[in-house]
Amino acid sequence: MTTAEIALTPGARRRARLRRRFLKRPPAVFGLVFSVLMVVVALLAPVLAPFDPAQQDFAATLQQPGGAHLLGTDELGRDVLSRIIFGARASIQVGVLATLLAIVVAVPLGLIAGYYRGWWDPIIMRFTDVLLSFPFLILAVGLAAILGPSLMNATLALGISQIPQVIRVMRGEVLGLREEDYVAAAVADGATDRVILGRYILPNALSPLLVQATVAIPIAIIGESLLSFLGLGVQPPTPSWGVMLAGAQSYITQGPWLALFPGLAIFLTTMSFNLLGDGLRDVLDPKMTLV
Amino acid sequence: MSALLDVRDLSVRFVTEDGPVQAVSDVSFQLEEKQVLALVGESGCGKSVTAMSILGLLPTSADPSGSVSFDGHNMLGMSSGQMQQIRGKEISMVFQEPMTSLNPVFRVGRQVGEVLRRHEGMSRDAAAKRVVELFELVGIPAPARRVKEYPHQLSGGMRQRVMIAMAVACNPKILIADEPTTALDVTIQAGILDVMRDLRDQLGTAVLLITHDLGVVADIAERVVVMYAGRKVEEADAGELFAHPQHPYTMGLLGAIPRVGSMRGESRLQEIPGLVPSLSAPPDHCVFAPRCPRADDRTRSELPALTEERPDHFVACFYPGERGGAK
Repeated sequence: MTTAEIALTPGARRRARLRRRFLKRPPAVFGLVFSVLMVVVALLAPVLAPFDPAQQDFAATLQQPGGAHLLGTDELGRDVLSRIIFGARASIQVGVLATLLAIVVAVPLGLIAGYYRGWWDPIIMRFTDVLLSFPFLILAVGLAAILGPSLMNATLALGISQIPQVIRVMRGEVLGLREEDYVAAAVADGATDRVILGRYILPNALSPLLVQATVAIPIAIIGESLLSFLGLGVQPPTPSWGVMLAGAQSYITQGPWLALFPGLAIFLTTMSFNLLGDGLRDVLDPKMTLV
Repeated sequence: MSALLDVRDLSVRFVTEDGPVQAVSDVSFQLEEKQVLALVGESGCGKSVTAMSILGLLPTSADPSGSVSFDGHNMLGMSSGQMQQIRGKEISMVFQEPMTSLNPVFRVGRQVGEVLRRHEGMSRDAAAKRVVELFELVGIPAPARRVKEYPHQLSGGMRQRVMIAMAVACNPKILIADEPTTALDVTIQAGILDVMRDLRDQLGTAVLLITHDLGVVADIAERVVVMYAGRKVEEADAGELFAHPQHPYTMGLLGAIPRVGSMRGESRLQEIPGLVPSLSAPPDHCVFAPRCPRADDRTRSELPALTEERPDHFVACFYPGERGGAK
């Protein structure tokens, strides 16, 4: 250990160690870089897009990739690259907001079910079992159909559909943590339930929660594409990867790139979030803290 | 003078899937101010359950009866809100496992400071200053630096000192220490015992020490309660108990301590045959009878009452003393 390292505060040293372990995993690093890239693209879409995504050009319909339009144009002469860049907004927005919604609702329920047990536990868990008995996408499609098509409603539908998984993860984690000696010690020191849940149980459950979030985001992104594809999410002409795929169907022989590039965008984005999640899970695994 | 903590006829029953378990039966003892009282016995004899019931830390499957009065209030009937006022402030507890008794995600100084902020309403800065003093008090070297460390950066002995600092942060009247040295190696044990003795001397904290280690008892305790299978079988001042053990179980415990020199030649370390029984109901005969060399038909059919066999030395045995009570 060098003197420079000794001088670091403990928290900084731990963070440095986590960073080193993370950087040793190339897929995780790729996932992180690409995920961040997609978020930046979504935020800076108006700056980055070479064309207005809604601008039609009937002199240049179904242009092949290359040339002035890097990824070609669609049947109305709109630039595919610009539409993918703007489409990232819908996807990332839904992915992040739906996951946040699921976490905000599910974490307190998971804490209550896992910590208080009693009659809360069966009530909350049977409710999640009912939701889990529907396949995720069926549930999301059903909810979106009930709520009506819009980006907001798609976000709500996908967020609600993710709630049961997050409750499960949280409850399982809390069940283990409530038996920890430091929780018993906190009780013996006169800590109230609120203090125990907020300072002892929740902070120790953050790692699995973070990993769960990186898994939930790509699921929501795929869900958004599916809902938009079915016409239950973003409405044309607003660009979204799902909307683009739906439009590409009719032109699959004349313009296969219309389906290829949005599909590739969905694939790469979801994969990069998943790789990031895998990497975080490996790095944050407490059993590996000595590596 | 009335005792600081008065435990009377405490019984604890657990309802389990395998039927009821009688963990503690009719245990009574008094803890005086500034006294160090040791609860002694093997694993499973009800020491920890007794301690936990004082602070209401038993799981919901437990059913305690009797009375535990502290400062004139019965702790067994308290609401959880009242209990939270007492826990950590009036009576605090140190656990056996220092390695896992601290929250791994917060710096130790902050954890100790939180107890102060909770019970004394101190500001963050005042609490932080006080924590450094407390660390100094419990013998943590370089306290100003240690408060900024995380639990995993401290050794077991240091963590136990942090736990003790947390326990005495609010100047409690009673410190309950449940096997505080068991998980530590011997040199560290001595240091921890010194800390507890100093705290008693400096702060006037009474200590209820739970241990199976008679070496620890001899080191620090003034009065000793020997428990067996959930019952108090003997109680005396420490010196008196070691000099004149009356109950065959206490003698067995003393005989089971390895001594330098005694291991040579023919003399073998004595053990007590058998295990502590697990009871499903309050006993109706001497609980030690199955393992006792002095057992006879009487001990197997009657429950011996606690009697004052020697001055201020109580024992529950039909045949007490060195020769088996030739009464």
